[in-house]
Amino acid sequence: MTEKILMKGNEAIAEAGIRVGCRYFFGYPITPQNELPAYMSRRLPEVQGTFLQAESEVAAINMVYGAAGAGGRVMTSSSSPGISLKQEGISYLAGSELPCVIVNITRGGPGLGGIQPAQSDYFQATRGGGHGDYYTPVLAPQSVQEAVDLTMDAFDIADKYRNPVLVLGDGMIGQMMEPVEFKKEITPDQLPEKKWATNGAAGRKPNIINSLRLQPEKLEELNLKLQEKYMAMKKAEVRYETDNIEDAEYILVAFGTTARIVKSAADMAREVGMKVGIIRPITLFPFPEDVIAKASEKARFILTVEMSLGQMVEDVRLSAKGRCPVYFQGRTGGVVPKPGEILDNLKRLAGGGK
Amino acid sequence: MAVEDYLRMEKLPHIWCPGCGHGIVMGAITRAIEKNGWDKNKVVVVSGIGCSSRAPGYMDFDTLHTLHGRAIPFAAGVKMANPELHVIVITGDGDGAAIGGNHLIHACRRNVGLNIVLLNNSIYGMTSGQYSPLTPEGALATTSPYGNIDPAFDLCNLAMGSGANFVARGTAYHIHKLIDYISQGFENPGFSFIEAISQCPTNFGRRNKQRTGLEMMKWQRDNSVDFKKAQTMSAEELKGKFITGIFCDREDKEYTEKYRQLVEQFQEGSN
Ligand code: SF4
Repeated sequence: MTEKILMKGNEAIAEAGIRVGCRYFFGYPITPQNELPAYMSRRLPEVQGTFLQAESEVAAINMVYGAAGAGGRVMTSSSSPGISLKQEGISYLAGSELPCVIVNITRGGPGLGGIQPAQSDYFQATRGGGHGDYYTPVLAPQSVQEAVDLTMDAFDIADKYRNPVLVLGDGMIGQMMEPVEFKKEITPDQLPEKKWATNGAAGRKPNIINSLRLQPEKLEELNLKLQEKYMAMKKAEVRYETDNIEDAEYILVAFGTTARIVKSAADMAREVGMKVGIIRPITLFPFPEDVIAKASEKARFILTVEMSLGQMVEDVRLSAKGRCPVYFQGRTGGVVPKPGEILDNLKRLAGGGK
Repeated sequence: MAVEDYLRMEKLPHIWCPGCGHGIVMGAITRAIEKNGWDKNKVVVVSGIGCSSRAPGYMDFDTLHTLHGRAIPFAAGVKMANPELHVIVITGDGDGAAIGGNHLIHACRRNVGLNIVLLNNSIYGMTSGQYSPLTPEGALATTSPYGNIDPAFDLCNLAMGSGANFVARGTAYHIHKLIDYISQGFENPGFSFIEAISQCPTNFGRRNKQRTGLEMMKWQRDNSVDFKKAQTMSAEELKGKFITGIFCDREDKEYTEKYRQLVEQFQEGSN
């Protein structure tokens, strides 16, 4: 059933959604994710789905809210400035407990920034992003295949918790071509019924979807219920990958595209006799705290590498709790760090340099 | 000479594609400024994001480059803070009519003294060719691979209905008329809206059987109907055509002027 085909990341993410029953997509043009909506506009009519290019990102995310409320598997995609515009809608989706998948093919900021890959939306992604006390699970692929697999899982996680889920890629993941296989093929009729959906109240009491709770106690109740979901996510959904950490004296932490670069740096370091291991968070929320905590007990130091000026490093520090030094190295604005730079830094830090 | 005096010559050549109409319209704007004899130091040019919005990068005035769709609110801020300035907004069909559509109608309604030149190339050019609210029905775009089913706006009617003082539509082909519309619009103290039909051979023409800028300009020539002549034609005769000319040139009071009068009341009252 599965065969490997060569696909661009953006298109592969779109196809992954379709393969798990996503039939609704609402988008707006922005570089570097344009292939994703274009692909959806071509494919969705073929599977009786709906594609619409909205008049803005704000309109698109609210169409997502509508389709999610109607019980469909629905997706939107954008890139950093566009994701900022969607934040109001994402907050409402979280408050109204509606499942959907949002793809951010991150580019450099702040403001208009540039169009090259970046990871500087980490804070926005992992801290909810909009107003209020909420989180969205954040899945960060490092390859096109992983982008496919995680997009498929994102829909399941969204439905399981009735919560928006973010797939956080970057321009590199979106634009790169790699061989991929699609391991699932699910049509909407195979998905469990969403009894809470507002899809016509025939034969049942009308459902209500909203996030308004004027009474403080009722709003607190809603928030406590949401917190319970986030706690459950922290127990069940943490994902990471480790590489050579058993004997490692030095630990590199990186996600997404940067993790691939860090892997080259770690291999180079091993060749010159440095015992370097890697922890790669795959879920950024919930964050893989425990594995980092454990590694921090025996590591000489941890070096976090990001395409930003230091965002995930805060979570790494919170996890390491001061048990070993946590250093940061990053390039930003669309500049991609080079393995050689990371190796040099590792050597310098191991030699006692700061 | 408008070109040398009003352009940042060191920024040229521009990044627009060969055959693109945007340079022609930018040239028309500088010539209209020259024609009106405006003090260069009293002009501020504001843009959002898109191929059209690259123009202020080449224009040698104080220029504000803002975010996608929001050029008009920025410009309104400039004008409210300093009504003495001539504030020009250069926008496009995606920037000005999709994401910025709401801002456009409200600025028309208030009749803020802004000068809008909207470069309509019927497509999102910069992001490689998605349909916009001005893409004709049936046209192919990267996001309408089976032909666009969205009807297009008539922006001149929209601007007129929303309260703009001056509304006109010209084309990159009819360059002298375009300069004239822009010049007249800029002279009107209220909100002026000039739609300039421009061509995008790269992302619209190529996909829609008009391969070159030249072909597209011939299309502009052959399919435009003068405003006065259009009044004598039936809907059937006007099908597939677009109307050019001055749609309205009203003298409703401009917003910052109204606001000045409001403030004056208090100054008199406190004396
Ligand atoms: S993409 Fe189209 S509008 Fe943009 S510069 Fe090229 S021809 Fe002009």
